[in-house]
Amino acid sequence: MTWLQEWIFSGLRLSLPLIFAAYGGMLSERSGVANIALEAYLLASSFSSAAVMAVTHSFLLAIGAGIAASMFVGLILCFFTLKAKADQIIVGMAVNMAVAGLLPVLSKAFFNVSGQTPSLQAAERIPSLWPFFLLAFLVVIGAEIYFSKTVLGLRVTAAGENPLALRSQGVSVEKTRFYSIVIGAVIAAWGGIYLAMGSGSGYTRNMSAGRGYIALAALIFGRWKPFPTLIGCLLFGMADALQILLQSVPLLPGGRLLPTQIVQALPYLITLLLLAGLVGRVRAPGAINKS
Amino acid sequence: MNNAFAIVLGIAICLGLAALLGEDPWVVAKILVMGSVVSLSSLGYTLFYSTPLIFTGLSVAVAFHAGLFNIGAEGQLYMGALVLTAVSLGFGGLPPFVAPIAGIILAFLGGALWGGLAGWFKTARGSHEVIVTIMLNFISYAICGFAIMNLFKNPFSQNPESAVIPSSYFLPGLGKISEVSPLNLAFVLALVTSGLVYVLLFKTSWGFEVRLLGSKPETARRAGIPVSRRLIEAMAVSGGLAGLVAVNEIMGATHKFRDQFSSGYGFVGIAVALLGRNRPLGIIFAALLFGALAKGSLDFELDTEKITRDMAVVMQGLIILLVASEGLWRSAWRRLQRKRT
Repeated sequence: MTWLQEWIFSGLRLSLPLIFAAYGGMLSERSGVANIALEAYLLASSFSSAAVMAVTHSFLLAIGAGIAASMFVGLILCFFTLKAKADQIIVGMAVNMAVAGLLPVLSKAFFNVSGQTPSLQAAERIPSLWPFFLLAFLVVIGAEIYFSKTVLGLRVTAAGENPLALRSQGVSVEKTRFYSIVIGAVIAAWGGIYLAMGSGSGYTRNMSAGRGYIALAALIFGRWKPFPTLIGCLLFGMADALQILLQSVPLLPGGRLLPTQIVQALPYLITLLLLAGLVGRVRAPGAINKS
Repeated sequence: MNNAFAIVLGIAICLGLAALLGEDPWVVAKILVMGSVVSLSSLGYTLFYSTPLIFTGLSVAVAFHAGLFNIGAEGQLYMGALVLTAVSLGFGGLPPFVAPIAGIILAFLGGALWGGLAGWFKTARGSHEVIVTIMLNFISYAICGFAIMNLFKNPFSQNPESAVIPSSYFLPGLGKISEVSPLNLAFVLALVTSGLVYVLLFKTSWGFEVRLLGSKPETARRAGIPVSRRLIEAMAVSGGLAGLVAVNEIMGATHKFRDQFSSGYGFVGIAVALLGRNRPLGIIFAALLFGALAKGSLDFELDTEKITRDMAVVMQGLIILLVASEGLWRSAWRRLQRKRT
């Protein structure tokens, strides 16, 4: 494989969890609920799918457990944002903390190692990445159709932009937001399942490594619209792949490598510059984080 | 009153969880209390862990008063540590008394630079401060890691850490308690700083303008307050306060910049600010509580079978959730009282 092929393919693979997380976040944010708990979705679903896989050796149960865990996090988010009407950013932050702390405790209690699940055998991992690519493709197309062509999707946008107008149509804003968050959590769960059973083999401490936040940046980059968000995810995936590639390519004179730490910061630097340069002032869904 | 309820409930839920996982909740509670306040040494450690949380709590609070959500205290505190370490190693020792003061200023400046940069991205480029500060965190970790390993690596150590800073920068301890714990003068600095932040926010015209900007941005704009300038200044002060964490860690305790020394102080600072309602006095109490939880939970590693020190983070997360959803508990309480009458 040439380095170009390697870069593109690795970039696509690295974009996968971002796509699932960003589109999960898109549903919730377009309905008017700020969601910085994408990190918690990814962590919860990767942990529980890996844990259930290690114990039951059943793909079906493992995937189900991953989705259920992410949904559970989504339901907590629903309760505190919709019912308790707490500040959405603070709730997301707190959920991220609680989940990040809880998983090492659970792995210690269940498997007697802190912050890890038993390593999965080759036969216990999802053997091909194609199902994930297919699913991501469906999610992207589905989101475009959902938001532009269906009544449900229009209601989601209305709940996010002008909840009063939606209410005057006799549609419950709370219900619209509730199912948006829950469906979003199910989509984001696939990102965690991919990390634990597709690209990795089991859950390790903090394995999402900030991908939830990068996905959020991709979402803002794409101005909360399906296709532009996809481009954002691909950009960040490619930047991440470039970072990995550059760690083994001698670019400095004398055949020396660029310092690892600087190369690793590249995706974040690119994100920052893209947000500041290309995107500039963005307008979030109007009703976001207002109860 | 409401906060006390949230704290007790948050801890109780975690004890219940520990019971579900097969631990005796009473034993867990006892470890938590014994490990955090009972002996002079554990009390010293609790105060030592609380010190950075006071700084980051104040940091988040100042930004919050300006209407900004600073998730970047973690990156800002590392930049404070970087500037402090780089300048103190680069220029060597200073006369006693001058060096500690210079060190405090350097740490503040380092954080202020990084915070102000986030403010600039917000005001000049219109980028969302939450995303900007998250990205700046990652970039800060990278710069600091690079500097430690390549620019001022400790030649006598295998660990990723800087060389030892000149001894004139070292902060003195606080008597007997500092012999059994790393507690140092930075704790007093944290208390004094809380007082200063109170004065700055609530007794100066700068503080008034910043708070007006945070609560009624449109009014502030019409009153002719230089909005962009105040926002950048507020972020710089916020970052500078986070930078002071380096005073406690480097000048007060370890005397060198250990890579990744902060165990999420910047993020816990958000919880501290929220629990303390963004008031300096409240922040001190919240930091003491979270410091005690963090210290007490350390003993879970050895003294329990099933749970780990990560339990502290779960408790902190739950407490924030419960404090943030205060409205719900209040209306539930009202309903309950109505039923009684």
